[in-house]
Amino acid sequence: MANTLFDKIWDAHVVQKVEDGPTQLYIDRLYCHEVTSPQAFAGMRARGLKCFRPERIYCMPDHNTPTHDQDKPIEDLVSKTQVDTLAKNAADFGLTHFGMMNRKNGIIHVVGPERGLTLPGMTIVCGDSHTSTHGAMGAVAFGIGTSEVEMVMASQCILQARPKTMRITIDGQLGKGVTAKDVALYMMSKMTTSGATGYFVEYAGEAIRSLTMEGRLTLCNLSIEMGARGGMIAPDEVTFAYIKGREYAPKGEDWDKAVAYWKTLKSDDDAVFDKEVRYEAADIQPMITYGTNPGMGMAVTDHIPTTEGMSEAEKTSFEKSMGYMGFAPGEALLGKKVDYVFLGACTNGRIEDFRAFASIVKGRRKADHVVAWLVPGSWMVDEQIREEGLDKVLEAAGFEIRQPGCSACLAMNDDKIPAGKYSVSTSNRNFEGRQGPGSRTLLASPLTAAAAAVTGMITDPRTLM
Amino acid sequence: MKQKFNIITSTCVPLPLENVDTDQIIPARFLKATTREEKFFGDNLFRDWRYRPDGSLNEDFVLNNPTFGGQVLVAGKNFGSGSSREHAAWAIAGYGFRVVISSFFADIHKNNELNNFVLPVVVSEEFLKELFDSVFADPKTEVEVNLPEQTVTNKATGRSEKFEINAYKKHCLMNGLDDIDFLVENKDKIERFEQERG
Repeated sequence: MANTLFDKIWDAHVVQKVEDGPTQLYIDRLYCHEVTSPQAFAGMRARGLKCFRPERIYCMPDHNTPTHDQDKPIEDLVSKTQVDTLAKNAADFGLTHFGMMNRKNGIIHVVGPERGLTLPGMTIVCGDSHTSTHGAMGAVAFGIGTSEVEMVMASQCILQARPKTMRITIDGQLGKGVTAKDVALYMMSKMTTSGATGYFVEYAGEAIRSLTMEGRLTLCNLSIEMGARGGMIAPDEVTFAYIKGREYAPKGEDWDKAVAYWKTLKSDDDAVFDKEVRYEAADIQPMITYGTNPGMGMAVTDHIPTTEGMSEAEKTSFEKSMGYMGFAPGEALLGKKVDYVFLGACTNGRIEDFRAFASIVKGRRKADHVVAWLVPGSWMVDEQIREEGLDKVLEAAGFEIRQPGCSACLAMNDDKIPAGKYSVSTSNRNFEGRQGPGSRTLLASPLTAAAAAVTGMITDPRTLM
Repeated sequence: MKQKFNIITSTCVPLPLENVDTDQIIPARFLKATTREEKFFGDNLFRDWRYRPDGSLNEDFVLNNPTFGGQVLVAGKNFGSGSSREHAAWAIAGYGFRVVISSFFADIHKNNELNNFVLPVVVSEEFLKELFDSVFADPKTEVEVNLPEQTVTNKATGRSEKFEINAYKKHCLMNGLDDIDFLVENKDKIERFEQERG
């Protein structure tokens, strides 16, 4: 029988199908960060349980970590307690832990792939919706709640309903200044934030194959913003070249065996998906969001929609959103003043994102009124930035590089956008208050963020390329 | 909290907004807790809609309107989108809701509600609209949520619908059991799976 890539990996991990119920799925990797794990560890203690397969669990703090002075104690004592609690829990339960200042620390979804912990064919979960990121390596990876984290700690399994499958094919080549982030924002604007709910998405087509590994990670990261359970891309030479030689990746004979298996991980030609969607790469422009969910996006040169044709319920939500953002239906965003720029997050905190940002700001200066936070996704990214001399380019243009972490993506540390201020952000969510109470977020690619940082306003990055 | 679930008849709190994301249900700054005190999360449910930036009560928000109350939250479609934070389900349970009715739920949040003995009930758009109309016309309107029969009834109009839930999860909810109890009892199957896979 013909199978999709998703079917092949899922089926290889089924322990049992519960009668008229969910599937018991074996999990190869559980990633834990400090925010969604403490209550799971507490639950394990209350039940008197040990982790069933501690060697499959990797922990690191990322959400609360400050992006400066990480060698000093965290000033926010509540954050410090949460970060310390993870270290203690990892020690008590015998789990690998990359603490702050460990050179392996960073955002969990950046570290997993770059250390070779995330591999094709794996099932991967984490108490974090952006776990979908790891699907870019050809894995079945999805976000879960804390009770489910506890399930995996206790049994290395999870009970899940089998999602439906969807293939999104993007034909043709992406145009100048159009990145993986723009592809994702474009898809969300077409499908809405619930268009893929209930589905596991496989991305395919020429435009996807042409993406670098970093671009693929960005794209799969954002699958959850269409509601998808996860997103994935069949592993190919780009994937293998990325993984080869990484710290935890297989070596020698094991490598050859692994690659031979990974090459089988693709949808069969006659595999049937529950839903197929196609887009043309040529239709995708540099994108920006104007509202308070990631599906409210448009080409940066476009106008915000009007309420014409909306139902009463849609109109109520749309008007609330416009009121929050301080925008009027029908208006253009080009030329609007920007207060903050954030480059980073599990979405766009990788080396390629820093290269893209630097390519725009090179030889230009940061606009005086803009506050810019450039936060590498990990210490490894930070090292690459310095090796490539990007730090010099960025500093010459008036930018400073901070220390790794989730930072202003969700503002659990001190990196908060003040109420009413506009932030062009490479992160993943523009929800009300996401970057701090009252903050107004416009999601965009690193290129568009860089264009905003040097001009001080919303700008089409292609005009600076 | 493990609470056995059977039939609930209650008035409703209406929240006719679409795409209510988990950042609104519980903002990130309340995720720093290392314990699971439902009262703390319940007190901060919809925090930034319930309170103004200066900390004063926002009387315009439905939770602050004494006309509405009950154990059932009724919300617009795509409820619980965004972050996987289970704190959102803890906040809903901590506030005292046992049921959330909507025409569409985000996947992760739906699982989180079920794992906290809060029942997500998916109804048709028509049922949802009529229920909002009934509750706004008369806040004393009750709904009956019958888990054994898998029915939800608007008592004002008599309109009733079946809702879906798999037999396993229904059994868990009705008997106060959770998935970890099930998985831990199945360790032999897990070990066999590992051996066969090599």
